[in-house]
Amino acid sequence: MYVAVKGGERAIGNAHAWLDETRRGDPALPELSVEQVEQQLGLAVDRVMAEGSCHDRGLAALAVKQARGDLIEAAFLLRAYRTTLARFGASEPVETGAMRIQRRISATYKDLPGGQVLGPTYDYTHRLLDFALAAEREAVAPAPEGVADPTPMPRVTELLAKEGLMRRETTSEAEPPDLTRDPLNFPVPRAAWLQALARGDEGFLLGLGYSTQRGYGNSHPFAGEIRMGEVTVEFTPPELGFAIELGEIVLTECQMVNQFAGSKSEPPQFTRGYGLVFGHGERKAMAMALVDRGLRAEELGEPVDAPAQSQEFVLYHCDNVEATGFVEHLKLPHYVDFQSELEKLRSLRQEAGR
Amino acid sequence: MGVLARATLGEIAARLEAAPPLPTHTRLRGPESGLVMVRGRQGGDGGPFNLGEMTVTRCSVRLADGTLGHAYVAGRDLRQAELAALLDACLQRPELRGVLLAEVVQPLAARQAEAAALVARKAAATKVEFFTMANMRS
Repeated sequence: MYVAVKGGERAIGNAHAWLDETRRGDPALPELSVEQVEQQLGLAVDRVMAEGSCHDRGLAALAVKQARGDLIEAAFLLRAYRTTLARFGASEPVETGAMRIQRRISATYKDLPGGQVLGPTYDYTHRLLDFALAAEREAVAPAPEGVADPTPMPRVTELLAKEGLMRRETTSEAEPPDLTRDPLNFPVPRAAWLQALARGDEGFLLGLGYSTQRGYGNSHPFAGEIRMGEVTVEFTPPELGFAIELGEIVLTECQMVNQFAGSKSEPPQFTRGYGLVFGHGERKAMAMALVDRGLRAEELGEPVDAPAQSQEFVLYHCDNVEATGFVEHLKLPHYVDFQSELEKLRSLRQEAGR
Repeated sequence: MGVLARATLGEIAARLEAAPPLPTHTRLRGPESGLVMVRGRQGGDGGPFNLGEMTVTRCSVRLADGTLGHAYVAGRDLRQAELAALLDACLQRPELRGVLLAEVVQPLAARQAEAAALVARKAAATKVEFFTMANMRS
């Protein structure tokens, strides 16, 4: 229990003023613009959009600046802002198969239709600090251009599914649950946990995904495919009655291919874990796919004994805005609570001493 | 409509300089910013799920002759949405349609196609050409 206490307004006001000054840093240096954050700290912006569950590069960049680079605080700011906006409706499901590919790799097939496209990746860099970036630089040369290949890039999972070796997804067009409107009622369908994972904390999901690889969940994943690029978002306004294009957004999709021993009704085959996130968020998409596959254990008749297989454990703890709210609420005055604990402890010690 | 949604306010306004002046209009709704819940598919091709929201701005306008125009565009640019709604109405008018398509929509579409093609060419430059034993010998 915590009680309302008065006072401290002056201290709070001054603390905020100091925060503002600290955010600005050395006034002799030029101030960072929101556009600079959006353009030059793009992956921070992407992460904030994903975990803030709101795609808007400008708002996410502003949140990063306001939060002084604290990305969880920035996601919190974005979540708070989205509550001030009305919802016009839901889009048509995006067609990631028709993605305008910037990056597409498969760890399961070397030669696949459309090929391996590396895109703007950190993979294969040596992770040595590049001091050239710390110096004033000449304009950066534009990246080389190749000859665009119009070959469609089918999903790796589809190649396997055509052979009957990949379990098909259910194709029910039922209205999916929305955890921003309806509370979680366990057990929840996969659509609900995919929404939760898509906005879940990257670090938390990374740790959980890693745990499934290390034996807590017994998964044997292959990165069947990772793709990143623009998809068109279509929306059907009620006044028009047909779908129109709202614009493009960048998404990262990961298909993890996992073994499945089969069951009484199904032959042994591969199953998939699925990750989809706003922006270029490859680590997050991969972690999401691992955890998604973990959560499918029950559906596939596998033992449920690892943290990443427990719906309640994963979904109640993956949201960093919720988690930070409860952890950080410990900073609020608990004077009365603590006073009672203190008195109890003193009386116990007194009794023991008697 | 997708072309106008993808263009920035500045790009649309610049193209309009070459077009005849647009008729006056009345705002029926908005422009106002809100959210659209973006949906994905489970496993990429299964049933839908809610991925997360995106900001969208919408506007509906009416021309003096009663023609209605609607626009929904990604982002929060109120003036872009209003201009897109106005153009949507004007594009339904036979006397304006041809010139607006030629001076505004088609040039914007061409620029967008070129921007997309540039990304595709940069992606193509990062496509891996594997050397197999066979062609290493040749």
